[in-house]
Amino acid sequence: MTRHFLGDTATLLGRSLRHISRSPDTIITTAIMPIAFLLLFVYVFGGAIETGSDRYVNYLLPGILLITVVSGISYTAYRLFLDLKGGTFERFQSMPIARSAVLWAHVLTSLVANLISLVVVVLVALAMGFRSGAGVLGWLAVTGIMLLFTLALTWLAVIPGLTATSVDGASAFSYPLILLPFVSSAFVPTDSMPGPVRAFAEHQPVTSIVNTIRALFAGQPVGGQVWIALAWCAGLLVVAYAGAMAVHHRKVG
Amino acid sequence: MSADQSTPSPARGPAIQVRGLEKSYQKLHVLRGVDFDVTPGSIFALLGSNGAGKTTVVRILATLLKPDGGTAQVHGLDVVTRAARVRESISLTGQFAAVDEILTGRENLVLVARLRHLSDPGRIADDLLGRFALTDAAGRRVSTYSGGMRRRLDIAMSLIGDPPVIFLDEPTTGLDPQARLEVWQAVRELARQGTTVLLTTQYLDEAEQLADRIAVLHHGRIIADGTLAELRQLLPPATVEYVEKQPTLEDVFLAIVGDTGTGSTGSTRTDATVAAVRPDGTSS
Ligand SMILES: Nc1ncnc2c1ncn2[C@@H]1O[C@H](COP(=O)(O)OP(=O)(O)OP(=O)(O)O)[C@@H](O)[C@H]1O
Ligand SMILES: [Mg+2]
Repeated sequence: MTRHFLGDTATLLGRSLRHISRSPDTIITTAIMPIAFLLLFVYVFGGAIETGSDRYVNYLLPGILLITVVSGISYTAYRLFLDLKGGTFERFQSMPIARSAVLWAHVLTSLVANLISLVVVVLVALAMGFRSGAGVLGWLAVTGIMLLFTLALTWLAVIPGLTATSVDGASAFSYPLILLPFVSSAFVPTDSMPGPVRAFAEHQPVTSIVNTIRALFAGQPVGGQVWIALAWCAGLLVVAYAGAMAVHHRKVG
Repeated sequence: MSADQSTPSPARGPAIQVRGLEKSYQKLHVLRGVDFDVTPGSIFALLGSNGAGKTTVVRILATLLKPDGGTAQVHGLDVVTRAARVRESISLTGQFAAVDEILTGRENLVLVARLRHLSDPGRIADDLLGRFALTDAAGRRVSTYSGGMRRRLDIAMSLIGDPPVIFLDEPTTGLDPQARLEVWQAVRELARQGTTVLLTTQYLDEAEQLADRIAVLHHGRIIADGTLAELRQLLPPATVEYVEKQPTLEDVFLAIVGDTGTGSTGSTRTDATVAAVRPDGTSS
């Protein structure tokens, strides 16, 4: 039934987007925590943090964007879980449609919803004095990296969405992910950290992604970091997609 | 509206054929060799108490679950190896209404019509809204619907595209008597048009009212399978005696709330004296 894949995905995407447009609070909820971090770190802790850049909000924003995505993807798990629980998933799976279209529709919806949340967070940051020297290409590159990152994490979110036994279980997986930016260069430079922590921070995916976006925003050369960042995103995407497909296959045969 | 329109059955054999079907969940051996046939265009009732495995049988037939043993075919196509083809000729109404709460009733119907790749989904949706008395609620979100409205919408969604074989898993559980009669009427109408209907139920009277053939699933096997008349013959000969039949609470309820929407059962015999046929029960 793959000949219907694109059409079926588009139909189901329309359905999910309608869900979002009818409960825009999910977008606001996604953006609230990152905005709270933004305010807290810029106006409360920021004065005490030595980053070497003129404005702390410029330093902080890339990490906040990643946190936005992490908090947004749990809605994919949540919506997928509700579809399974409510029988909608089985209804679709018993129909002559391209079966993976059901998953792709949720994933594409996540891209759209997260993009909107990211725009909201960037607007708040601009109001707080964030300024970027990036040109159109720089902004496009940032958008591309964020989309790739969102895509990878969303496929990761599909796994708990398909396997969870409770609503809380479906969204709880993202909590540990939210901690990762704290042990990275997102809030403070890694050279202020003690040895082993610093080693971890410098070799986990968040640091390379944050450093790349920071350089793009500053209009500076991104260096080798960008390849490390892309490799992390692509690697995560492949692993998460394969995992999600395996779970899906086990679920629907 | 012919049932054979979308997918002609390759052979004129049974619409559904189940042989030696087995399924276990971990240690729980739910199906232990289930056999039955369903004739095209008939209504077949699978009767069983809670946990008997009715839903399990339906999910296997609807290609949602793989059996551990045995075979199941729809129109001669194996539900495991030819699952994609089977899905073209079936439709499932699960035990719990699978409707999208956030969408309106009409949007739910349009969604399914689109997924079945039909032209003019809007017209199809409007037709069904009319048939299931949902036109007034068409533009409201399903989260505001009553249980009966949800179930009617759910069944309406399953009819889109006129699939020749329909599975209804406990279609009337949780419905009020009036909604129940409406669902029965819809099921009869389907069979009249040539659709094969397999329904599961815990209600003996539902099987009695609707089904051409009834199978009883118990402890993982079909322990009885036949027409109502055949099943009656399993019991000792009946004695005939005349008793005055008091109206049942259902009769009273339907009489005082007025129109039943169907009129085929119930209301006409509200205060009648009828012959009751009882098995004489001496054997037990
Ligand atoms: N996914 C599952 N995992 C484990 N056990 C299951 C699963 N699904 C069903 N069962 C068990 O299998 C048995 C049969 O379940 P099934 O849902 O097929 O029964 P049913 O006849 O439809 O019952 P009901 O009338 O309550 O709907 C039950 O004991 C049930 O608890
Ligand atoms: Mg059941």
